[in-house]
Amino acid sequence: MTVIPPTSAALPELSDVELWRRDFRRRQGRRSALIAALSSVVVLTALVLGVINSPGWPQVHKTFFDVHYGWSVFPAILRGFWLNVRILVVAEILILLVALLIAAMRTVSGPALFPIRALATIYVDFFRGVPLIVLILLIGFGVPNLHVHWLPKSTLVLGTASLVLAYSAYVAEVFRAGIESVHPSQRAAARSLGLSQSKTLRIVVLPQAVRAVLPPLLNDFVGLQKDVGLVSLLGVVDAVQQATILSDSSFNFTPYTIAALLFVALAIPSGRVADRFAARANRRQRAGAVV
Amino acid sequence: MLTVRGLRKDFGEHAVLRGIDLDVNEGEAVVLIGGSGSGKSTLLRCLNLLEQVTDGVITLDGEDITDPRVDADAVRRRIGVVFQAYNLFPHMSVLHNVALAPRVVGGLSKQQAEERAMQLLDRVGLAAKARDYPDRLSGGQQQRTAIARALANEPRLLLLDEVTSALDPELVGEVLDLIRELKTSGMTIVMATHEMGFARDVADHVCFLDAGVVAESGPPSTVLETPTNPRLQQFLQRILAPGTA
Repeated sequence: MTVIPPTSAALPELSDVELWRRDFRRRQGRRSALIAALSSVVVLTALVLGVINSPGWPQVHKTFFDVHYGWSVFPAILRGFWLNVRILVVAEILILLVALLIAAMRTVSGPALFPIRALATIYVDFFRGVPLIVLILLIGFGVPNLHVHWLPKSTLVLGTASLVLAYSAYVAEVFRAGIESVHPSQRAAARSLGLSQSKTLRIVVLPQAVRAVLPPLLNDFVGLQKDVGLVSLLGVVDAVQQATILSDSSFNFTPYTIAALLFVALAIPSGRVADRFAARANRRQRAGAVV
Repeated sequence: MLTVRGLRKDFGEHAVLRGIDLDVNEGEAVVLIGGSGSGKSTLLRCLNLLEQVTDGVITLDGEDITDPRVDADAVRRRIGVVFQAYNLFPHMSVLHNVALAPRVVGGLSKQQAEERAMQLLDRVGLAAKARDYPDRLSGGQQQRTAIARALANEPRLLLLDEVTSALDPELVGEVLDLIRELKTSGMTIVMATHEMGFARDVADHVCFLDAGVVAESGPPSTVLETPTNPRLQQFLQRILAPGTA
């Protein structure tokens, strides 16, 4: 008898039982896909028919979905939307920085640092508690009335600042959850090498924390993308404000539909990126298990 | 080199260490044995200042390291620690795990730190794995990486906390061989272990911890072969012939 070495390259043939199982799973997969596709078509058709056959549809069609008018105002709204995108980018960067600082402040230990922890806790409680719409109005109309010469008066800056204050409180809590998810033994290992508390946080804890919370973090940013439209409350001429101006003069709401479509178009790629990160994290944890 | 006098550590109402005295001389290997909950790990954590002692004094090279005015980070730099669960940093390559401490606390340049790390990895037989991440390594390889990392600050003293307890039996040998080699090269070691054969071979001194005190201590030939403490006799019986006592 010859001994087969354990490093033999060729895979053994599959048994009949396994071949039957694979065939069965394939057939069942096809059937499930067919049922899902059919039911989707039925539901969508019913929805569309229901809306189109509603008594108010002709009126709605004219005031919300006027293709010709929509096309003529599209460039103006797109220009406004470009402002939304720029606010978004600036706000996201500032939010990340402020949130990291607040999260780090909330997780420091030691009785001497109590004021720092308390300050961070108050910040989170306050800015997470105030409705964003109220915060924008308070800051946008309140701060200029203080008549302090070095404070910004531009509604654009104040609106962006409000977004940063509110969202950094949320994102700080996401970061804090990430920081606390890193096992204490990682801190022990870093401290035992002589790393200070701040170096331990920066080099060992934060990189692992950020990886752990990337999916919820991206989710918050998808939320921010649409809330950027709220700066229109202060009169900043963004996509929403532009749509308001146009529809006020034409008595047609199609500009809002255009603005909505632009926001959705921006949210789709971000949503897919968030999905991908979530799936990757999930795959790592499941490590090949079926359920 | 290291002396411990009257070391006490309470966790709330529970006293884990109730007055430990210990002397470790340069180049010696001191092995701590005892059942789980006897305070071995707590003692090692106190020695490295990962725990604040409740009472007692620890001196390292004549310096009282339990003095609150002492820079604890500087003390930890002089003491290497290897943990039971390796505790490697999963987001860094093997090389960066080892090079981290010399670079960020030892004041070496990135290149110097990585050169030292490569030498250490070579010494523990893992130079070929330098660019891999810890999750790609076997338990024994991870623990050897952790030992290299603990040596990277060129510590005066190495603390090993049950470093083979999480390993498959066939991987224990490679880690113990490495520790034996470190001892031969003159490293001062304090280790908690359940490997009695290894303790008999390598230890200069064995301490049996029981209920937070050193219940018996001496050279391994005495402590392990002719124990006088009845609790130690029972403990050794259970360890050496599991399932019969």
